[in-house]
Amino acid sequence: MKKVLNFTGTSKIFFSISIAIFIIGIICNCIFSVTLDIQFTGGTIIQYNYTGDIDTDAMKDLIQKETADTVSFNISENITVGDDGNQLQNGYLLAVQFSGKKTITPDIMSNLTTKLQSTYPDNNFKMVDSQSVESSMGWKFFLKCITAVAIACVLMVIYVAFRFKKIGGWSAGVMALVALFHDVLMIYFTFIILRMPIDSNFIAVTLMILGYSLNDTIVIYDRVRENRKLMGGKKIEYAALFNKSATQVLRRTICTSLTTLAAIVSVLVFALVFNIQSVVSFALPMMIGIISGCYSSICIAGPLWVIWQNHKLATQKKKGKGRK
Amino acid sequence: MKRVAKPVFFILAILILVLSYFATFGLHTQYGDIDTTIIKGIGDIRWGIDIRGGVEATFKPADGVDATDEEIEAAKAIIETRLVSSNITDYELYADPSSNRIIVRFPWKEDETEFDAKSAIEEISATAELTFRPGNSYTSTDINAEGETVYKTPKGDTETVLMDGSNVESAQAGLDGTEYVVQLKLKDASVFQDITTKYLNQVVSIWLDDEMITAPTVSATVTNGEAVINGMKNAEEAQNLATKINAGALPFKLETTSFGSVSPTLGESALVAMAYAAVVALIFMAIFLIVMYRLPGFIAVITLLGQLSLSVVAVSGFFTVIPSFTMTLPGIAGMILSIGMGADANIITAERIREEIRAGKTIDGAVIAGTKGSFWAIFDGNVTVIIVSIILMLVFGPVNILSGIFGPSTTGTIYSFGYTLLVGVIANFVMGVGASRLMVKSASGIKLFRKKWLFGGAGK
Repeated sequence: MKKVLNFTGTSKIFFSISIAIFIIGIICNCIFSVTLDIQFTGGTIIQYNYTGDIDTDAMKDLIQKETADTVSFNISENITVGDDGNQLQNGYLLAVQFSGKKTITPDIMSNLTTKLQSTYPDNNFKMVDSQSVESSMGWKFFLKCITAVAIACVLMVIYVAFRFKKIGGWSAGVMALVALFHDVLMIYFTFIILRMPIDSNFIAVTLMILGYSLNDTIVIYDRVRENRKLMGGKKIEYAALFNKSATQVLRRTICTSLTTLAAIVSVLVFALVFNIQSVVSFALPMMIGIISGCYSSICIAGPLWVIWQNHKLATQKKKGKGRK
Repeated sequence: MKRVAKPVFFILAILILVLSYFATFGLHTQYGDIDTTIIKGIGDIRWGIDIRGGVEATFKPADGVDATDEEIEAAKAIIETRLVSSNITDYELYADPSSNRIIVRFPWKEDETEFDAKSAIEEISATAELTFRPGNSYTSTDINAEGETVYKTPKGDTETVLMDGSNVESAQAGLDGTEYVVQLKLKDASVFQDITTKYLNQVVSIWLDDEMITAPTVSATVTNGEAVINGMKNAEEAQNLATKINAGALPFKLETTSFGSVSPTLGESALVAMAYAAVVALIFMAIFLIVMYRLPGFIAVITLLGQLSLSVVAVSGFFTVIPSFTMTLPGIAGMILSIGMGADANIITAERIREEIRAGKTIDGAVIAGTKGSFWAIFDGNVTVIIVSIILMLVFGPVNILSGIFGPSTTGTIYSFGYTLLVGVIANFVMGVGASRLMVKSASGIKLFRKKWLFGGAGK
């Protein structure tokens, strides 16, 4: 028989690691502050491709003249833009963001495009992407996403509580939920630290990890449930029970995470090569989420469940003594 | 123990490979120049505008006009007519009367070269012009999406405008005896009286923009401002005509409240990148699974292929009569997650068999104990994912259960994530749980495969 790893004994270290990351995340959150994507706050972003070098200050003045809103922009290099089959040039991606929370009219957008094209005729300006969202609609959409996540969480906890009655039902469900919160926070901090705006990708990744991380937790609970049955009516040593079960499923947890990670890494690599921001900002937090989901089910949910069960045992004993 | 027959392994493997082939390439026949699609493959999938590029816009009545539900429906009908008449048949269009919003999403036209979102949006949201004209001469004809002939551009006498939409108060579909009709209410009865007097027993056609929507013959002079157009084939035709007439009589303009556009080049490179990523990921997963789990790993690869094919089939529709689901980037993400779940189901089972073998069981005993012992973990894990995906589909899909509180949302992309995830997980039950287990049990009876190391036992 393989050596049983002592997860509960080292749980203090695991908890400290998670708390330390949380503190770093919260500090970053204070420094950088959260930026919500215009999908949620309302506003306008227009993206252009262009080739060759341009005096950015002059270009900024030019763009600013087109609108009363304050304009901010961001230029990033993009190799696929410069490659037009004939000659290689420096390709750039220009994202213009209008500060106003109202949508701009299609007129302003088309004027801006014409202006850029006529002022810089040699730079091949092309509009690739534009987004303009009304603020009230964006905010409603955000609230709707949060509500959807909340409903999904509640239903999943009820399901776990129902399916794992034998091993303490609600305690199992609630601890699984704690692990989920842990993972969602990790994803959130990833967005904060990388300074990516919270957008619908965040919602999609969160939902994906909710399912994924809970799956990890359930696989362990399932082993605990099975081993509990094998022990029959014997007095339960919760820590030993959990450690044995976790050791048995450890290989599976790691292998599954590795295969999923491999898939996500290949998505990330190709998204980076093709410079597809929307996919990069999906794949990167997804990777963190998978690692966190794998870690939280073994190192957070399980040990917490053991602590809860032992606590319950202790209070029962006390009550029993009191009666005597 | 009841053993699964030996040929099952090969039959399932062949069936899955055949399915994968058709799901990927479809089935086309060619007679001369006519290419007929019999089974739809990956190439026939309808891609969302985030992948192939296109325009998305939300409209509402300008100047804070509070439109009635019928008016919003009528405005939607205008947009629909415009889209169809400019040969855009592949659009998504939603109207939400509670918030006075109309949301439209459509891809760039095939021959589009300019990708000018502004003109595309203006083209479809401009105020519709309803006109009453003498005669029914037209310049050209066209076939619309329903296969009906559409008459376009007035000619000769018909170029004269007798009356426009501003004099129409409302149009309503109704039943006159056993016949379906459209009842017209006019604002200024005298104008219509003049027209019906002058053109008694002649044809007066009604046009919306550049398209003739009906051409009835005036059978009586109308004096009270309430006319009836009869000769409708069915209730639907009457309703369509009424909606179109109402559209031309709308008392407000449409204003764009939000819009977005994606150029097809950006979208296409995203698609190419995802395709490469999928191939590399699958190859890596296959190598990993076979190295780690040998025979069960090999079976896992085949069933994963089957699972992926079922997902593709659920998206493309497979048979030509079933329309393709619109596939977006989040939809692809949902597929990746479900493949992860599928790999997991196989890994859990293979791990369990390996454990039992190493605990000293025979191959038969290990396969039985392993498949049995791993079932509930897989079941519970997949059911929770099904819960998530159903919630997503209900909240962000056509049912829109929270719309009462939050109104409609412009993002249908999360719905597509929920859909691919749901079909992926169901496919996982069929392939990763059903087919995979049958194949492992069947293979364990084949002499060639009856070696412990093939099932994860220690090497010789």
